[in-house]
Amino acid sequence: MEVYLDNSATTKVFSEVANMVQKVMLEDYGNPSSMHNKGLQAENYIKEAKDIISKNLKCQPKEILFTSGGTESDNLALIGTAMANKRSGNHIITTSIEHPAIIETCEHLRDLGFEITYLPVDNNGRIRLEDLEKAIKKETILVSVMHTNNEIGALEPIEEAGALIKKINPSIVFHVDAVQGYGKFRIMPKKMNIDLLSVSGHKIHGPKGIGFLYINEKIKIHPIIFGGGQQKGMRSGTENVPAIAGMGKAVELIYKDLDKHIDELYELKDFFIKSLSEIEGLTINGLTGRDSAPHVVSVSVDGIRAEVLLHALEDKGIYVSSGSACASNKPAISSTLKAIGVKKELLDSTIRFSFSVFTTKEELEYTVEALKELLPMLRKYTRH
Amino acid sequence: MFSSFLIKYGEIGVKGKNRYLFENALMQQIKYALKRCEGSFNVHKAEGRIYVDALGDYDYDETVANLQCVFGITGICPVEMLDVCNPESLKKAVVDYIGRNHDTKDHTFKIHARRAHKNYPLDSMELNALIGEAVLDEYEGLKVDVHDPDYLITVEIREKIYLYSTVIAGPGGMPVGTNGKAMLLLSGGIDSPVAGYMISKRGVKIDAVYFHAPPYTSERAKQKVIDLAKQVAKYSGPIYLHIVNFTDIQLAIYEKCPHDELTIIMRRYMMKIAETIAKETECLGLITGESIGQVASQTMASLACTNEVCTLPVFRPCIGMDKQEIVNISEKIGTYETSILPFEDCCTIFVAKHPVTKPSLEVIKRHEKHLDDCIDEMFKEALDTRETLVVTSE
Repeated sequence: MEVYLDNSATTKVFSEVANMVQKVMLEDYGNPSSMHNKGLQAENYIKEAKDIISKNLKCQPKEILFTSGGTESDNLALIGTAMANKRSGNHIITTSIEHPAIIETCEHLRDLGFEITYLPVDNNGRIRLEDLEKAIKKETILVSVMHTNNEIGALEPIEEAGALIKKINPSIVFHVDAVQGYGKFRIMPKKMNIDLLSVSGHKIHGPKGIGFLYINEKIKIHPIIFGGGQQKGMRSGTENVPAIAGMGKAVELIYKDLDKHIDELYELKDFFIKSLSEIEGLTINGLTGRDSAPHVVSVSVDGIRAEVLLHALEDKGIYVSSGSACASNKPAISSTLKAIGVKKELLDSTIRFSFSVFTTKEELEYTVEALKELLPMLRKYTRH
Repeated sequence: MFSSFLIKYGEIGVKGKNRYLFENALMQQIKYALKRCEGSFNVHKAEGRIYVDALGDYDYDETVANLQCVFGITGICPVEMLDVCNPESLKKAVVDYIGRNHDTKDHTFKIHARRAHKNYPLDSMELNALIGEAVLDEYEGLKVDVHDPDYLITVEIREKIYLYSTVIAGPGGMPVGTNGKAMLLLSGGIDSPVAGYMISKRGVKIDAVYFHAPPYTSERAKQKVIDLAKQVAKYSGPIYLHIVNFTDIQLAIYEKCPHDELTIIMRRYMMKIAETIAKETECLGLITGESIGQVASQTMASLACTNEVCTLPVFRPCIGMDKQEIVNISEKIGTYETSILPFEDCCTIFVAKHPVTKPSLEVIKRHEKHLDDCIDEMFKEALDTRETLVVTSE
C-alpha cells in the first residue's frame, strides 16, 4: 500500500490538470506575445487562469502576477517592496517561523541595509498582536506574515494583523505567504487588508514551477526580473502557459467543493490524532482541530530519530517528512520547532504527516498500525 | 589543430615478453575512457607506440581530461598531423607550428627529427639542421639548446608527419586489468574511494561491497555510494557493486554484545562478508580506506582485531596518510564533493560514545559467541539477498 502523507512538500497533480497541461503543450503551444492567432490562443489560457484566480480572491485579474512558484513570489514581494519604498523607511517585520524563502530573503535585505524584526511566537506557533503592535515604527515599510505554517500547521491571525497594521499606518505594505494556506481556506486580500499574497501551484495539485503573487494595484513594487517586458514589465520572461493553465484548473477544482473537502480533512486529522493518542511517547505539536491547519500533523516521537522512523515508514510505503521537507538537502534543525519551544531532545525526533484531498481514512488507519508496530522495535535500538 | 595524441607509458615498457598484454590492456582502458568524450577516435599501435587519432570533430579539453584518468599513461602528447611533404614545406609547417603553440621570446628549442620511412630525401640530422635554421631565422627570441631545451620539437616522418612538442602528465601507474582483481569495502566516506583509486592505479581491477542498513540509512545514502563508485569507475573501469543489507546483523550485535565493542564486531563481520564475496568472485585481496589512528576502529589494536577474520590480504593504501592528504587525493579524483554529503552511513548509526580503542581479540571473540545462535543464518541471508549492480563511468 502506498500512502502519501507528505502533501505539504508537494501534491499529486489532479488528472484534469495534467490533461490541461498536456493539451497546451502539444496543441496550443504558442507564445502569448506572438501577434498571430497561435499566440492569442495561448494568451487566452492566461486570461482564463487569471479570471479563475481573481474571482476566487475577489480581486481584479490585473492584480495577479504569475511567477515560478512560492519562492519567487516571496522574493518579489519582499525585495520588490523594499526597493520601491526605501525612501519611506528601511524597517521590515516578519516572524521567526517563516519559510526560508522569506527568512533568507530578509537576511539578504539586511545585508543591503534594511532592518529586520523577527516576531516571536507562542508555544502554538502563533504571533501575538501586541508584539506586532510594539514592533511597528515610523520606518516600517513592510510586514510579512505567513498564513499557515508549513511545519506544524499553525494559523496566524492574518485578518487581525492586517487590521492592526492598517490602523497604525495604512501605507505599510502587508505581505502574506499563503503557500500552505491557499486551497485550504478562502482568502480575500481586500477584506483582510492583504497587499501581497504568495501562492504556489504544486501545493494545490497543480504543476511545479508555477505560482502567483497577488499585488494590490495601489501598492508600489519594483520588478526583480528584467527582460522582454512580459506581464506589464513586472516579470519578464515568456509566460509558462501550460503550467499557468494547469494551475488555473487546480484552483477551480480545489475550491469547487472546498467546504466539503475541508470538513473531511479536519475529520481525518481528528481521527488521526485520536488514534495517535493511543500510542505512548508521542507529542502533537501545535494546536489541533479548527484552530489549526486541516492538513498538517506534527508529531514528536520520544526516543527515535525522525530520519530513522521516516525510512522505516517508507519501507511500508508510507511517505512522510522529518521536520520541514525542504530540509532534506541540508539537515538542519527546524527553526519553527525551536521557536515554539519543542524540547531539545525532541527536535531531531519530529515528523510531519500532511494530508490532501486524496488522503483516506484507511490510509491513516494503516499508518497508525504501522507506527504501533515500528515504534517499540525502533525504540529498542537507539543510539546512546 | 591537434588531431592525434601520442600516448607515453612508463613501466609497461620494461615488462619484457608480456609487454603486448600490458599495451593491449592500456588500449582497452583508453577506449573505455574515450567513450565519455564527444567524437569518435581510433586507438592504434604503430611501431611500438600507442596513438589516439580523432576522427573528425572532438573536444580537446574533455579528451585530455579523460585520457588523464587512464592508469598506465605517463604522458599525453598532442600531435599535429600533416601529409608527407617535401622538406621545404615541412620547414614552413614547423615554423608555423612553433608560432602557434609556443612563446617565441627568450626560449630555447631543439628539433628532434625521426624517419620511420627511410626513403624520405633527407635524413634526421639533415632535417634537424634545415628546420632548426629556418626557426632561428624566423624567431629572433629563440635559441638552440640541444641538452636542455625549453621546447623539444619532435618531427616524425611516418605514413604521415607527426609534429609534437608538449607532454601533458598522465596519472602514471599500470593499466587496469593487468594485476588481478580486489574487493573494495566502499562506504560513503572520503577514504574508501581514494583507497580504491590507489589500488586501481597499480593495474588492479576493482569490485566493491557496500553495507546498507535500512531504515537507519536511506536510499539517498545508497545512491551516494553508487555515485562514488561511478566516479571511481572513471579510473578503474566498470565496478561490480555488491549492496549488502546489514541491518539484522547490526541489530543483533547491538542487542547481544557490549556497546563499546559494537563497531569492531560489526567491522569484523563486514570483512567476513566482503571476503566471502571476494572469494566467490575471484578477487585476490580486500581494500579498505583505513588509516592508522583515524578513529577508534582504526587504532593498531582495532586493525589487528578486524584483520584477524580474513585470510585474503587486506590492502590499506591510506594507512600512513593524514586526513588532509586523503582529502587532497579525493579532491583531485573528484569524489570529495560527493563524500561529504551528509547522509548517515551504517558505521556511524549506533556508534558508542566511548568505543574501545584497545580491543582485546580474546574478549571480542568471547562476546561474539553471544551471536552463535543466529549469526550463521543472518550471514547467509545477508549474502543471499545482496543486490549487485554494474557501475560504469558513462
